[in-house]
Amino acid sequence: MKKRRLVIRTIILLVLGAAVAYTLYANFTKDNKQKVAIGEMAPDFALVDMQGNKHRLSDYRGQGVFLNFWGTWCPPCKKEMPYINNQYHQYKDKGVQVLTVDIDESALAVNQFSDRLKLDFPIMIDTNKDVMNVYGIEPLPATFLIDKNGKVVKYHKGELTENTIREFMEKIKP
Amino acid sequence: MKDVKCECGHVNPHGTVLCEACGKILDERENKDQLLDMRYEGSARRSQTYNKTIVDKIWNFFSSVKVGVWLIVLTLLASILGTVLPQKMYIDLPPEVYYKQEYGWFGELYYRLGFHDLYGSWWYLLLIAMIGISLVICSLDRVVPLYKALKVQRVTRHVGFLKRQRLFGINTEINDKDLHLVKEHLKERRYHVREENGDLLAEKGRFSRWGPYINHVGLIIFLFGGMLRFIPGMFVNENLWVKEGETAAVPETGETFYLQNNQFILQHYDKDQNKTFEKALERAGDVVKNYQSNVVLYKRVSDNLPGEKPKLEKVKEYKVRVNHPLDFEGYSIFQASFRSELKSMSFFLANKNTNQSVGELEIDLQDPKETYDLGNGYAVKILNYFPDFEFAKDGEPTTKTRVPNNPAFVFQMISPEKPEGETSFVAIKQTIEPFGDNTYKMAFKGIETKNTSGFIVRKDSTLWAIILGGILFMIGVIQGAYWNHRRIWIQQKDGQVWISAHTNKNWYGLKQEIEKVLRDTKLNIPEDQQQSEKTDKEGI
Repeated sequence: MKKRRLVIRTIILLVLGAAVAYTLYANFTKDNKQKVAIGEMAPDFALVDMQGNKHRLSDYRGQGVFLNFWGTWCPPCKKEMPYINNQYHQYKDKGVQVLTVDIDESALAVNQFSDRLKLDFPIMIDTNKDVMNVYGIEPLPATFLIDKNGKVVKYHKGELTENTIREFMEKIKP
Repeated sequence: MKDVKCECGHVNPHGTVLCEACGKILDERENKDQLLDMRYEGSARRSQTYNKTIVDKIWNFFSSVKVGVWLIVLTLLASILGTVLPQKMYIDLPPEVYYKQEYGWFGELYYRLGFHDLYGSWWYLLLIAMIGISLVICSLDRVVPLYKALKVQRVTRHVGFLKRQRLFGINTEINDKDLHLVKEHLKERRYHVREENGDLLAEKGRFSRWGPYINHVGLIIFLFGGMLRFIPGMFVNENLWVKEGETAAVPETGETFYLQNNQFILQHYDKDQNKTFEKALERAGDVVKNYQSNVVLYKRVSDNLPGEKPKLEKVKEYKVRVNHPLDFEGYSIFQASFRSELKSMSFFLANKNTNQSVGELEIDLQDPKETYDLGNGYAVKILNYFPDFEFAKDGEPTTKTRVPNNPAFVFQMISPEKPEGETSFVAIKQTIEPFGDNTYKMAFKGIETKNTSGFIVRKDSTLWAIILGGILFMIGVIQGAYWNHRRIWIQQKDGQVWISAHTNKNWYGLKQEIEKVLRDTKLNIPEDQQQSEKTDKEGI
């Protein structure tokens, strides 16, 4: 009888405790909820670059992918672009592909930007912000590192230095 | 820790004050010459009786009404604190700047303590959660013994129990006819009458005792509904901006639904059409009559990747107006806002001396072309386009955002006279000729705007819990407030007839009822012992 009471009490307290714990956990994580988690498969997408070539993320399986989101109006993006371009040349033959996605701008603005900075890597425009939404990009620039198996290794928000970019490239080099 | 066996033979749980069956006083402390405390029928509140394991200790903590009241008081104080300064969702600056700037050191302290997001803070949630736990445990700990005590109560009660009820009276004359009449009256008044060895218990409205517990169940379901909002997908409240003529994915639908905005309509009340309100309209200026977006809802039918063009199937057309949302599959799309954006700008190329136009061009600000050929050897090239122009700190022209709020261009004007081109920087109300005097100029002709509708996408799958909780809450309140649990004992003791009565509220009503029940008999109306106690003390 007494034992049964203890069991019932324990169960009720556990149920209540679990509900409270879940609520607190959900409350803590709601602000930094990341749509694409580290260690998980990077969501596949397909975009057409400024030269008209279609790039599908999953086609780069076997290579590391340095995926950068940017805009011509964002000063830190402008600063890191030449560094990315340098490292792109260093690593393109070592199995690291650079893909960059401009968020919803005109082709003119993007082309002029890339001409001015002499960028050689593929640039794609995400006109409907589909890819941006899937990756849950908030502030630009944002960089995802994807390894040769298509898994997300790192998510970096904000500007990159040339050294960091080199480290990143080393990280995903197959 | 033993159960207590009463002299009537009933076994009561440890800690019982009044025998559940006969009402004899079991707890020595209670044995004073005053009225009985009838709360919870003198049953043993489980938690108070023993205190062994950690589980019991936690249980006992939450079982205390005193703790519950303190939790509520603390929550109220915290809630008050959150109203002292605006919460973070009502400010339009970053909180680390806002509070210090607006309220000085006090604001800084307020922000550092985390009161800028008080209602979303972990400790506030914890307080609410503890009130919920206290509610569950307090209720369980009281309703179970109360239910048992009321269930096993016997008709025949102990003398001590009867004597110490608030309404109590003794009759020396016993008349079977009178007793029979009283029983008839009680039944007329819908009492449930039980008889045992000539003793009588009349009871009604017992279900009123469950009112507070039903009410608590409602509250707990309500809190549960609030908790459900934290589960992903249960509650959606997102903004969606769609330009006229464009289609956008509806957020939180997993890229399944798309909304196309065909037209945004803004209508004002017309003074001439509404003569009655002419004066009011003159005073108030423009009064909006209608905000409306004509939309088409699509469902994606293709299995495309993000970035690829989806294949869409039309679901329905709808005119979204304020308070008339587009509803589908649990989602509602509300008309919430709108803004006007520049769509295109037109210029003409003119000779500065003659002011004669040699050709016109219209530039789509979303997607400008590189070259506009005007014919006859005239052309305009866009060397640079800044949708939201400003001068950067280093003096370079740059753009703040991707939205064409303040477009500026660097044009190259090609003419038969100047085939290598002349450069001109053109912004709104501003022209700069960086390389000296030009022969030609880009003259501003006009702009076109287009509207963007602001929608709120909302889905609330927790409403059923909130509504159910609210309904149960009210049922509980009504049940507990509008019905009384009344009991009348008419029992034969020592050759006398004792009449005692108890109610959980409205003693005046009970007294009135007893008068009616005892009418046409020689039985005395029982006396209100509490009142006579008082008059004794006051010496009246």
